[in-house]
Amino acid sequence: MRATPVPEFMLEPAYDPNSDAGTSRDSLGLGRAAGAGLDVRHGTILTLEDINVSFDGFKALTNLSLYIGVGELRCIIGPNGAGKTTMMDVITGKTRPDNGKAYFGETLDLTRMSEVQIAQSGIGRKFQKPTVFEALSVFENLELALKTDKSVWASLRAKLSGEQRDRIDEVLSTIKLESSRHRTAGLLSHGQKQFLEIGMLLMQDPQLLLLDEPVAGMTDAETEFTAELFKSLARKHSLMVVEHDMGFVGSIADHVTVLHQGSVLAEGSLADVQADERVIEVYLGR
Amino acid sequence: MNQPISLTLAQKAGPKLTLGIGAVVLAILIILPLLHLLPADNSLQVSAYTLTLVGKILCYAIVALALDLVWGYAGLLSLGHGLFFALGGYAMGMYLMRESAGDGLPAFMVFLSWTELPWYWTGTQHFLWALCLVVLAPGLLALVFGFFAFRSRIKGVYFSIMTQALTFAGMLLFFRNETGFGGNNGFTNFRTILGFDITAQGTRTALFLAIVALLTCSLLLGWRLAKSKFGRVLTALRDAENRLMFCGYDPRGYKLFIWVLSAVLCGLAGALYVPLVGIINPSEMSPTNSIEAAVWVALGGRGSLIGPILGAGIVNGMKSWFTVAFPEYWLFALGALFIVVTLYLPKGVIGLLRKKGEQ
Repeated sequence: MRATPVPEFMLEPAYDPNSDAGTSRDSLGLGRAAGAGLDVRHGTILTLEDINVSFDGFKALTNLSLYIGVGELRCIIGPNGAGKTTMMDVITGKTRPDNGKAYFGETLDLTRMSEVQIAQSGIGRKFQKPTVFEALSVFENLELALKTDKSVWASLRAKLSGEQRDRIDEVLSTIKLESSRHRTAGLLSHGQKQFLEIGMLLMQDPQLLLLDEPVAGMTDAETEFTAELFKSLARKHSLMVVEHDMGFVGSIADHVTVLHQGSVLAEGSLADVQADERVIEVYLGR
Repeated sequence: MNQPISLTLAQKAGPKLTLGIGAVVLAILIILPLLHLLPADNSLQVSAYTLTLVGKILCYAIVALALDLVWGYAGLLSLGHGLFFALGGYAMGMYLMRESAGDGLPAFMVFLSWTELPWYWTGTQHFLWALCLVVLAPGLLALVFGFFAFRSRIKGVYFSIMTQALTFAGMLLFFRNETGFGGNNGFTNFRTILGFDITAQGTRTALFLAIVALLTCSLLLGWRLAKSKFGRVLTALRDAENRLMFCGYDPRGYKLFIWVLSAVLCGLAGALYVPLVGIINPSEMSPTNSIEAAVWVALGGRGSLIGPILGAGIVNGMKSWFTVAFPEYWLFALGALFIVVTLYLPKGVIGLLRKKGEQ
């Protein structure tokens, strides 16, 4: 049965996110939360097809194809050197692929956009090593990440509106850093910096969040909290999480992709993937 | 809110104390030139030597402040700011040379038996055009250099070396007689500025006050910038440029803006320095001058606006005392000073003062 059109879409959507909830693979992620301007009529927010990247003859990515649905929470796992970070570099414009297609939504060709354009179009990235503006306060860190006009002239005359302050306060409470709002970010603990960086991503209000090892160095309680946070973010945003911590992956992911030697080795639920002979071989080196 | 009370008190007292000291210093700097106007036999009279010396140091302080904006805030260490200072000075010097030459050619051109002015001297007899050149020459050079350097993402030590090379190239160019700026002698023997005798007490007083005004304006401007979101973006750029790019900011525009602004400030300082001191020659562009400017900023305290001004004052004050008392030892003293600051005062003199203030 064809679904009734959802107003956010320019064209009739190919599926209805509200029907047959939780039964098919599509329903896992394909929500309706793409922001204005991004064309996601086929329900895919990120398309990577046949991507190849080589560094001086070393093939970091070979014919990598990957699709992320709107509102999906996807975990990427794989042994060291599998190409996880290189893939994120390709998506964020840091590395240009030798060939292949990389699309954000249906129309934005990521291989032709600069890093800044990609960030502005709605892809946020958290680095492996927590990277915050250490000399600034927690509040100021979030202020800089706020989604607004980021040109030189705008910054010279920028003043926070009440609404923007509320938004910062909201994110501060989400990442549980209200009491440290005036603290210098450089003085935060490792885990707090991780949360601050996640908070900065939230301020940008991106449609796709790329998170490189978000729970590295976090305590168990923090990891648990992060899992809850990510689960609440999915559907409203699309998330792609690279993580080594299998417990964490198991607690958040509906869908896991295993990378090996620069291409996709297996895809499916964590249980399926863990049962896959080839995956066991790669991880155990048999 | 939950900070210790003593810290809150210190923060509250801090700006008031700073403002108080600032007001006193400003008052002294305004009274000083006025005392110069007293007759020579008055015991309170400030000599032309003292006034010129203090004026010179204030010009250097503007350079230090300008360098601090790019180095302390945006993390771009320039070792070529002397070039922008000298360009501003030369632009003003062209006007002064035309004034003293009257309808004829400037003296050095007559010696070279040139019969007409090079095209780039056109209009330099007009003070207003000279003022435009003071802004345009360093500004445009900085714009072009910065555009290519920042587009190619040159940073860190590579950027510093390139700026150093730039000022060295400028010096070699200006040393040539054919360049049309007086070769190694540069410009000197100025007579009048806007029709006033350049060595008269009144003119010197006015020049000094103009320098004080420029320094005050630069400081206010720097303070406004540092307090704005622009200033915070610069700090962010210095500490984590990648993060900033992934937040959606294009660093090039920010770097270029502050870089050009800094160059223009240096140019303006140079333009006031030349009539006060009465000479400009290519040695102002020598790399050591620009390195010394970096020492002022490091000694005073990077990223603090007031610090570099103090640094310029301390180093130049010591320099003028040393070169009179023990001329051979000045360079050793400068080197020792730099080592002491690097080892024991990573935040400079201002860091030390702030620490004292908090205790």
